Formats: sequence, structure tokens, C-alpha cells
Amino acid sequence: MESLLITILVTSVPILLAGTGELIAEKSGVLNLGVEGMMLTGAVAALGSVLIFGNPLAGIFFGALAGILISLIFSFFTIFLMTNQVATGLGLTIFATGLTGLIGEPFVGKTISSLPKIDIIFLSDIPFLGSIFFKHDILFYISILLIIAVHFFLIKSRYGIIIRAVGDNHDSAHSIGYPVKKIRLLCVGFGGMCAGMGGAYIPLVLTPHWSEGMTAGKGWIALALVVFASWLPFRLLLGALIFGGITILQFVGQARGWPFPSQFLNMLPYLVTIIALSIISIKTRSGNTLVPSSLGKPFLENN
Amino acid sequence: MLIFTPRTIQSNHWVLIGPLISIILTIMIGALIFKMLNYPVTESLYQVFISPFSRVDRIADILVKACPLIIIGIGLIFCFRANIWNIGAEGQFIIGTLCAGSFALLFPENNNHILLLSMFLVGFLGGALWASIPAILKIKLNVNEILVSLMLVYVAMLFIDFIVRGPLRDPMSFGFPLSKPYPDGAIISKINFPGIGYLGQLHYGIISILFLAPFSWFLINRTLPGFQIKVFGSAPKASSFAGFNKNKITLGVLIMSGGMAGLAGVIEVSANMGQLQPEVSFGYGFTAIIVAFLGRLNPYGVIIAGLVIATAKLGADNAQMILGIPKVVTGIFEGILLFFLLAGETIQNYKVSLKRNS
Repeated sequence: MESLLITILVTSVPILLAGTGELIAEKSGVLNLGVEGMMLTGAVAALGSVLIFGNPLAGIFFGALAGILISLIFSFFTIFLMTNQVATGLGLTIFATGLTGLIGEPFVGKTISSLPKIDIIFLSDIPFLGSIFFKHDILFYISILLIIAVHFFLIKSRYGIIIRAVGDNHDSAHSIGYPVKKIRLLCVGFGGMCAGMGGAYIPLVLTPHWSEGMTAGKGWIALALVVFASWLPFRLLLGALIFGGITILQFVGQARGWPFPSQFLNMLPYLVTIIALSIISIKTRSGNTLVPSSLGKPFLENN
Repeated sequence: MLIFTPRTIQSNHWVLIGPLISIILTIMIGALIFKMLNYPVTESLYQVFISPFSRVDRIADILVKACPLIIIGIGLIFCFRANIWNIGAEGQFIIGTLCAGSFALLFPENNNHILLLSMFLVGFLGGALWASIPAILKIKLNVNEILVSLMLVYVAMLFIDFIVRGPLRDPMSFGFPLSKPYPDGAIISKINFPGIGYLGQLHYGIISILFLAPFSWFLINRTLPGFQIKVFGSAPKASSFAGFNKNKITLGVLIMSGGMAGLAGVIEVSANMGQLQPEVSFGYGFTAIIVAFLGRLNPYGVIIAGLVIATAKLGADNAQMILGIPKVVTGIFEGILLFFLLAGETIQNYKVSLKRNS
């Protein structure tokens, strides 16, 4: 039971991190469908840097950096050349899938050392809860702190309100003097950083070796998660945990010999995503005010 | 800084020049990436773009490789023109193939015409049915069709995997996840040119494009539904003022593109594999998105685009065999190409001028 809960928590980290970043980007009005590609980039960068430097912490840094760098391609085209965001994001994922395949080729068959576990003093000694929540790697703690920080940042801080204003009506935000493009560039960059770290988590903690397309749709699930969460950080956290649980269900099912073919258990995360999106749409059909109104629309600066 | 002013009249010559410039820029950037990763640049580019033209049978194989890309791409035009983002053609391809394949295995019939025609129909319906799931969810609940259509790709992949390992596995396959071979009537034969013989894997399925492209062109450019699709996609408000039924358009374009993807799958598998296996598509559904854009969302353009992309795909296979470059590199070229094509659209729609900061 204890180890099962730990596995669920750990499994949800990549989609939580990627979802956190995408939430900020979407709040600023940019829909980046390149999350899957940015995660792959983060994963391959993390793996490569650990192989070079021998230190898993380097993996976090270079994973995040690679995520930021690749998000700049997306920003350049969508924000400055006003290309269609859906198609550009798709292009980013296709591009990154190819690029990481090429970069990752020499890494095939090599195993890296995982991120060390850090016990939080006192807290990790609490019976049961201690070993579930407070004996994890650093990136796990970062992911939790980040989502809490994003919640308060969006609601309480001046900058959070500016980001929401830009995402809700970029023309008004522009006319009262906010630099819409600069803000979006930063938000998409933050999204890239988070997706890069989310991707990095996969080789650094979950499966310590490279395989082509190793994110296996996690980026897309993270995108769905943001919609499912109605752009609310804490609901995103909840959603990520649910998906972690569902992903683990496959392994539990296989281990315990449930009488379903494994393929059907493996379908669950994708089917549940569709069902979750449908349910959330029923609930919010009558005008969801949480959707950033300018989401996905190109911003044309007139002056 | 750069100033973008919307054009009232679209710049027409960009329709042709845009894709050409995009291809050239893509190859240049691709070369740069090869250089940075220490692969031999000229040799790599030669393998990817030139080697497929080195023999007649290889040129014929470009056509074979392009066939599914073109058929799916033509279908996607309907969606993209309507601004409906079906990115799950891969799944619709798989389900179409699976439906038609199961049909052929359950009702073996040696009359080629009857069986193949029914398979085309069943395959089209299968793909259309799969695509109608995101359509109905979008119409009824306003669920994002991008995510649903994509999620269904994973579901379709797992489903065909289950079918060929379970219910439809050939007991004689020595444990391999393969179905029984298709009955003779379900096979699309290779073209035997009089006096020349076979050219590569060239098969009769190619001919379908000669019908599908003009048919789709006519539908889009000369009929009311085609007009409605274009208006709905480019000016949704005008479309609703004109009283066009947006639910019908959404369902219609997804059924068309899903059906075409299914049809592409039936032709591909009947001509090249002759049985069901866990992997029937090799990313054709995703590549076709690039093909549709490169072809400027025009059926005839898509034919040319399909041939260009198929060349690079075959070339990448050669590059993998000879230089050990993983064939996923085509993804790099496809992604960059899409970026430039989209940027080209901006130049087509806006006048770009330079303004000094004062």
C-alpha cells in the first residue's frame, strides 16, 4: 500500500510539472501544443548531461534549459510572426520528436544514476505519511512547491494579474501599456522550463535510460489536464494525482493478473482523459469564465 | 521593428513561391543540424533527397510511399479548411484498416471486385466512425477536438494490438502477432506494365488518387457544402449570420477526413502487407498533416506535397541503412518545414515593413 502510493505520487510528477508550465502559458493567452516535444527535449537533455557530467542534478538544470530554448522556436513563430498556434505547436512536437531521436541515438543502451532521495528532517519520521510524502527526490519537492507558488502568484501577485489580463484581452492590456509580446514570451518560456523539467524527471527518476518518444503521450495528457483543471492550479494537482493513479493501475492489474487484456488497461489514461474532458465540458457549458478569452488568438500590434 | 499590416488582397504568387522557399530554407537548416551533430552533411542530404531518384523502381516506390500520405492529406483538407483540428488521422487510418481487414477475414470472398469494394466501404465507415467521436463530443459538449482525436490514436494503436494478438491471431503464425493472410480477393495487385514488368512495389491502389483528388477539388470549390466549409473556417461569424449549420459542417468534415484516412489504410495494407499486424501505419496520419499544409490545402497541391515528403521518407530509410542516421530525422525536416510554411502564410496575409524606433 505504502509503496503503491509512493509510485502514484512519483508517476504524476512529469504531467504535474508540464501542466504547471502550460497553465501559465495558457493564462497569458498562448496555447502551446508542443508540450510533448518540449518534454522529450528535456528528457534527452537531462539524460545526456548526466552521462557527460555524472551528476543527476545537472540533468535538472539542462532539462529545464533545453525546455526554455526549444520553447523560443515556438514563441518566435507564434508571437512575433503570428503563425497559427495549433499548427506551430504541432510542428514543435514533430520537430522535437525527430531532433531528440537523433540526439538520443548514441545514448541508447546506457543507464544513468537516479536523483538521490532526500529525507526531510522530522517530517520523514512521521509514521506512514512520512515515508509517502517526505522521502523523495528534489524535483518532486520542486514540483509541489511550484504548483503552490503558481496558485498564489496568479491570484495574489501584481504580475499574476497582469498575465491574466493579457490572456483575457490582449488588446486592452496592450492599450493600457503592458508589453503583451514580452509577457507572453516569458510565460511560454516558463512553460518550456517546466515541461523540460517534467521530461527530465522521466529518465532521472522513472526509467533511467533513453528510448525514442519515451514520454509516450504524457505531454498531451498534461495539455488535457490544464483544460480539465479549468486553469486552476490546485485542481491541476488533483488531476495529476488521478492520472498517476490510473497509470499505475495498469501495472497493478498486470501484476495481480486481472482478467483484462493488458491493452485495455493501457488504454485507460487516454480514455479517462476523453471522459474527463467531456465531464468538465458538461459542467462548464454555460459560459466558463475561467477560460482565458484570448487563448490561441494571434495578437497583432498596431501602432 | 517589424510592422505587420493586414493585406486586403492576398498576395497570390506566395501560394507557389511560399512552399518552394520553405523547402529550401528547411534543407539549409537541416544541413546545419546535421553539421552540428557531426553527421556527414553532403552525404546525408544526398541520401535523404537525391538517392530515391537514382533508379526507376525507386521512383515508383516514391509513388507507393506517397499514396497513403496523399489520400489522408486530401481528407484533412476538409477539416483544416473548416478550422477543425483533426490530428488523429493516424487512429482513423488504423481503425479503418482494422474494420476492413476483419471484414475480409470473416467473409472471405475470392471475387476481387466485390470484396475490395466492400472493404473500401467498410474501411471508410470505420475511419469515419472513429473521427465522429471527436465530432460528436465537440458538437454536443464543446470538447476540444484536438485532444480527443489525438487520445484516440493511442486507443486505436492498443486496440489493433489486442486484436492481432487475440481474436484475429493466426494460429499458424508461430506466436507472431499476425492475422491470417487476407483472402486473394482482398489483395490489391502490383501493376504489371506490358513489356516492362513490375516497377518497384507500384500497385493499382495509386489509381484511387486520380478519382479522389478531382472529386475533392470539385466538392470544395464548386459545391455549396464546400463553400460553407471555407466560410466557416475563415469567417465563423459570417458563417453563422448566413445561417450555415456549424454542427453539420463539423461532423461532415471529420467524417470526410476520417473516412479518407480509413480508406488510405485499406489500400496501404491490402497492397503492401496482405494481413493485419500490430503496426499498420508508420506515422502516416501525422505526416499527412504536414503534407496537407505543404499542399496549401488544395487536393492537387497535396499530390505534389505527398510526393516531396515521400521522397524524404524513403531517403531517410536509405540514410539509416547507409549512414546509420536514425530515420526519425524526417521529423526534424517536417517540423521546420511546417514552421516556414506557417510563416509564409503570415507574409501572404500581412504586409511586413520595417519601422525605425523613434
